[in-house]
Amino acid sequence: MTKVFIYPTNSLILSDLIERFGHTPLAMMGEVHDKITTIGIDSPPLNITPEDPKHGLKYAAVEVPAGVRGRMSLLGPLIDKAEAAIIVDDAAISFGCMGCARTNELTKFLTRDKDIPVLELTYPYSDAEGKEFVYKISEFLESLPKEDRS
Amino acid sequence: MSKEDKVKVALVSCGSEFAGVQSQLDSAAEQVNAQLIYPEMDISSLDTIEMEFGLQVASADLKLMMARAKAVVEGTAPVDGVFVTSCFRCAEAAIVRNEVRRYIHQNSDIPVISYSFTERTTAATLLTRMEALTTIARRKHLLAREKQTGLTVGLDSGSTTTKAAIMRDNEIIGEGWVPTVNVVESARKAYDMALEQAGIKEEDVQAIGTTGYGRFLLGEHFNAQLVQEEITVNSKGAVYLANTQKGPATVIDIGGMDNKAISVEDGIPGMFTMGGICAGASGRFLEMTAKRLGVEITELGKIAVKGMQEKVEMNSYCIVFGIQSLVNSLAQGSIAEDVAAAACHSVVEQIFEQQLQEVEVKEPLILVGGSSLIEGVPKALGDLLKIDVVVPPHSQLIGAVGAALLASGYVEE
Repeated sequence: MTKVFIYPTNSLILSDLIERFGHTPLAMMGEVHDKITTIGIDSPPLNITPEDPKHGLKYAAVEVPAGVRGRMSLLGPLIDKAEAAIIVDDAAISFGCMGCARTNELTKFLTRDKDIPVLELTYPYSDAEGKEFVYKISEFLESLPKEDRS
Repeated sequence: MSKEDKVKVALVSCGSEFAGVQSQLDSAAEQVNAQLIYPEMDISSLDTIEMEFGLQVASADLKLMMARAKAVVEGTAPVDGVFVTSCFRCAEAAIVRNEVRRYIHQNSDIPVISYSFTERTTAATLLTRMEALTTIARRKHLLAREKQTGLTVGLDSGSTTTKAAIMRDNEIIGEGWVPTVNVVESARKAYDMALEQAGIKEEDVQAIGTTGYGRFLLGEHFNAQLVQEEITVNSKGAVYLANTQKGPATVIDIGGMDNKAISVEDGIPGMFTMGGICAGASGRFLEMTAKRLGVEITELGKIAVKGMQEKVEMNSYCIVFGIQSLVNSLAQGSIAEDVAAAACHSVVEQIFEQQLQEVEVKEPLILVGGSSLIEGVPKALGDLLKIDVVVPPHSQLIGAVGAALLASGYVEE
């Protein structure tokens, strides 16, 4: 089983595909779930406190806006854990919405910069492109080790 | 709208929930009995909003800001005020924030304010802005007051000085002005000075209004009828003293610690900005300049009007670097007059660059606050903007007079 980081980081379709192939998706949803179920923090809606952008300093310098660093405090550790990644560029908002362009640039850079298998695709806008899109993802996921690496 | 109703403030932001400031925004809203709401819009509008708005952006959350602004303007999301906010230091968001604010202002009567935050932004910083926004929405009847009636007192607890003004039947009959040390004690002193000058007894006072940083403490101590932030009070006081209560006006208040630039229409504030990046753009820098030149702050202006700012390179963007420029220029042989003129120019240049870009400057331009008495400041501002700057009588008492004026609304009640 391989830990696969996804971009857009909240894509339910990508996350589901990864699970279907027996791997573990590293997605924003899980991080947000952990945040909002943390007992003792009351900072709705996401329970991100002023401490989180400081944790984001590991990934972006202090002159980078707080919103980018706050997002990176969630995404950065996922990239650190990633053993493989799938990046889908120019995706429709319904496929997965990434709100901040600067965060997106940094997220993709850190993913590509890591020495792991990365599949980078463009979002499909026709049936034929869609089939090719799913085929490439399944081929990539099948190529990843199935055994538990941890 | 009754005083008890919650004011609905639309939060138009590009992800304040990720920056660690959401709880501070909620807290500031709660303190002024406001509720932050998130304007509903159709998700499909995100695909078309860029071309509708005419601004193409890379961040989806900025498209969301534009779509929400459109929902507010078109009334699909009924709100009383709008708080437009984005991360400090994000250029793309700054462009959208500015254009969204302008769009709402031009296409609706809904009060709007914009602010850029860091993770260190606190509810206290946001409170004055949120309070002003909700006051404009909630208390328009109070702001419509053009004449002072009865016997009222205004107390303005500023960061540097505390001011008191006593008014009777639309005239200032007593005033006091002392440095702020202990908030309550300083106000007591200023109040006593004003009482003595007015020749009246404290028990005859019919209503008290407090404003400034220490407004809550003073309001409680003096049992004030009106406790109000300085944006509303000062803009009201400025148009009252300048006798420009009808039509447009722009008010600039250079305070001891921060500045306000307020666009006013018929005495009611519209767009406003508060604060600068650093105290280098405030009266504090002028105080430090006077100290370094070895003159009283009251003398700095007279010296400045005799000097030429062009002869000294000074940028007080940061107060520390500003003082360094000042020391360097003196060390290189610059004369005090030129240095004083450069300090005044530097302060107004920052107000121009950082704040006047965010409000619509319409004449008359009324300059108030203690710094307006430093002659070099209105001169530098007039030179920079190429317009006549109005410094009304009692301009240093602006907050106290505004508070006394607005407090008279409670005499009749």
